[in-house]
Amino acid sequence: MLTVNSINCGIVIDHITAGNGIKIFEKLKLDEVIFPVVLLINVPSNKLGRKDIIKIENKIDVDLTMLGLIDPDITVNIIEDDKIVNKMNTIIPKEVQGLFKCKNPRCVSNSDDYATPKFRLAHSNGKIFYRCGYCEELTSYTI
Amino acid sequence: MSLKGKHMIDPNDFSLSELDEVFDLADRMVDDRDLYGSICNGRILGTLFYEPSTRTRLSFESAMLRMGGKVLGFSDAATSSVSKGESIADTIRVLSSYADVVVMRHPKEGAPRLASEYSFIPVINGGDGGHQHPTQTLTDLLTIRRYKGTLENQTIAFCGDLKFGRTVHSLISAMSYYKGSKFVLISPAELRLPEHLKYGLLEKHNVDIYETENLEEVINQVDVLYMTRIQKERFFNEADYMRLKDSYILSKSKLKDSREDMLVMHPLPRVNEISYDVDDDKRAVYFKQAEFGIYVRMALIALLLGVNVNVNRK
Repeated sequence: MLTVNSINCGIVIDHITAGNGIKIFEKLKLDEVIFPVVLLINVPSNKLGRKDIIKIENKIDVDLTMLGLIDPDITVNIIEDDKIVNKMNTIIPKEVQGLFKCKNPRCVSNSDDYATPKFRLAHSNGKIFYRCGYCEELTSYTI
Repeated sequence: MSLKGKHMIDPNDFSLSELDEVFDLADRMVDDRDLYGSICNGRILGTLFYEPSTRTRLSFESAMLRMGGKVLGFSDAATSSVSKGESIADTIRVLSSYADVVVMRHPKEGAPRLASEYSFIPVINGGDGGHQHPTQTLTDLLTIRRYKGTLENQTIAFCGDLKFGRTVHSLISAMSYYKGSKFVLISPAELRLPEHLKYGLLEKHNVDIYETENLEEVINQVDVLYMTRIQKERFFNEADYMRLKDSYILSKSKLKDSREDMLVMHPLPRVNEISYDVDDDKRAVYFKQAEFGIYVRMALIALLLGVNVNVNRK
């Protein structure tokens, strides 16, 4: 079994659906930082079967809304002096503006600079979607 | 309650009581149209038609002219400033000083909603791509209300192309707000109501939906039969089209099992989905439906403008 040292002060992004770890790594631009970062992929998990984990040896600002859009099961642990001092769940926003595009090619938001895509949260078959405020099509956030 | 200054982008932008206000006025206009012949004197309707439309544009123009108002606009984007690349937001802001109310048809879905965000005058959606056509929906609702006396507890069958038909999407969405609405969806598998719409209905209203491919199976159980055209090019293959095309044609013989007070409706234009021999049947109301479209547009324009509609014959 591969072992990775715990971090002393920083952030652990846990319960990432296997495969999403590298995407979040890139989205947070962790390849550009100068402090230690570990990306673990395919870690055995009772809850998920397999999961990815990111350990960051620094307290950076993490956008919980953006993480929630990518993967709502993620938890974010804040570590100080080797201990978890705060455990946060991601936020699934009820309304989203400008973070992603509407998937409908006929939607005005894809052809007019004045139309900032606005979405309202909707669920369908247990999945999270967003309903476009202009054309009402359902879009899911993908990275 | 006043509708003055509001936009009509989606029928669900209005509450049920606001819709009733439109229908009540439309009813009064049907009864005595001339009485309202000058209520829009000095007012101007702007018509922004970014794609061709004969029926909708003319019905809006007729509605405004019948109330003594005037009309200006364009019916072809190629001959307007739009062809120079002007944005919708800029066009509507300028038009706001030329007209008092504007109707917009646009091929992009959501374009009238965008226009309403920048407009200083009421915007009416005259059809946006495959998305919404609210004044057709108001026409349909008025027709059902006039013949049935209520919009509640109606079982409505939609037959034909339910996937791409925006009039169907719009009417189902609006009817789902009325108590006791039940929907029967009759279409080939390829042209079923999109899942995201069906899901939206079930999520918000828990409505009763039954799907079938067979018109004859359900024609005796419905209060309203809403026919739409099936276009050959929508089918994946010729064999399916040949197998199914007659299933979605309403003929006099198919009507014999239906209720005496059932309504046959159609947004028009029809091609062959309703046989001509149905036209004389008292259940066929599609030409009256088209006529009511003028009155509902008159009522809508008048209420959005906030003109005095309390006129009486002396």
